[in-house]
Amino acid sequence: MIPSEFHYHQASSVDDAITLLNRFEDAKIVAGGHSLLPMMKLRMAEPAHLIDLNGLPELKQIRLDGDCIAIGAMCTENELIRSELLQARCPLIVEAARHIADPQVRSRATIGGDIAHGDPGNDHPALMLATDAEFIINGPDGERRAPANGFFLGTYWTGLEESELLTTIRIPAFAPGTGYGFNKIKRKTGDYATAGASVVLNLEAGQIRHIRIALTNVGPTALRAEEAERLLLGQSPDQALLRSAAEAAMAVCEPVADLSGDVQYKTAMAGEMTRRSLTDALDRAGGGR
Amino acid sequence: MKKRAVSFSLNGEPVETLVEDRELLVHVLREQLGMTGTHIGCETSHCGVCTVDLNGESVKSCTMLAVQAEGAEVITVEGLADSEGLHAVQQAFIDEHGLQCGFCTTGMMMRAYRFLRENPEPSEEEIRWGMSGNLCRCTGYQNIIKAVQTAAVKLQQAEG
Repeated sequence: MIPSEFHYHQASSVDDAITLLNRFEDAKIVAGGHSLLPMMKLRMAEPAHLIDLNGLPELKQIRLDGDCIAIGAMCTENELIRSELLQARCPLIVEAARHIADPQVRSRATIGGDIAHGDPGNDHPALMLATDAEFIINGPDGERRAPANGFFLGTYWTGLEESELLTTIRIPAFAPGTGYGFNKIKRKTGDYATAGASVVLNLEAGQIRHIRIALTNVGPTALRAEEAERLLLGQSPDQALLRSAAEAAMAVCEPVADLSGDVQYKTAMAGEMTRRSLTDALDRAGGGR
Repeated sequence: MKKRAVSFSLNGEPVETLVEDRELLVHVLREQLGMTGTHIGCETSHCGVCTVDLNGESVKSCTMLAVQAEGAEVITVEGLADSEGLHAVQQAFIDEHGLQCGFCTTGMMMRAYRFLRENPEPSEEEIRWGMSGNLCRCTGYQNIIKAVQTAAVKLQQAEG
């Protein structure tokens, strides 16, 4: 399978990429290409111009920026896994990246592409909701910032305008007392999640004083389980409360039935992944029960 | 469609060829550069038979444009053996009977080659994890894992 014809452009800088993106009708950015190229082969996407961000070193950095970790949008999953800064200050991203696709795909697939593509099966959107990430977006009118919460609008639909480029992801570094959990069930390596749950929480004197629960591939886009968060906030949860929270998370699910499961199964798995991620997060935060 | 020149290092030798923007790396390797050891399987980045080494990482050459290889160092299975003979990974696949029909084998070997550089002394669990991007439809995984284990030992002995 070969994509239909297009013009390839290697961007020489972020500004050049934005200029190219706005010069042509029907231009598309390619990052790792592991969603876009398969879609182009299948004629689900037929851009007339492809603008390549590979080779821009300014989009490859991972660095501490105040209380946040700033991750260049073109960092590959393998680069996230190898980052000592992320391992130390935001290990949730490292653990999740290890479970994305397979080793070869992780050599090319990027965090920015995963976020900007807007596929509900992608893992980074829920991670962004769970970590309260913020996006730096560059466009013809300069730079703007957008919180991850509210950015994911629907399937293949995000807060990114067609004229804009996601350049940097800023994630608050984990404070002491932070615990995290990432669990996803899939049929085999390389599949999208049947259901996944990402949790970040902070414990103070045994009580949850901050919590985010986000779900993957059980709705048109990544979902926050806000009612489940409310149930747990301020609590020192026991098993019964964790089960109640998992049920509250299931209530926000609206998965599409497919070969990996029917609606009831996927919803149940979202609940179980939530329960496991909450348990992991509490253990890691030092609240072992 | 106008073609453009792309040049890169292929198995240690500089190559230059003309490609269309939409041509995939795997097609250029096979059809223009004669490296037919790199196979085409699923064409959707799942099966791993098109695995090559690009700038020190394993990639699936069906999901990369040939123009994106500009300036890169590419190694295909044809680049594994040298004047001394087969690479330890190749010999191990023979010794452990790590192939049945052979279709997945070149991709398996290219992934094993890079994996054993990333992790020279892997556990069986780590091998299964590291080789998880390659499918064998004969399901001969047991001997593939053994071949990677044997290659790891041989490469360690050669180092020592």
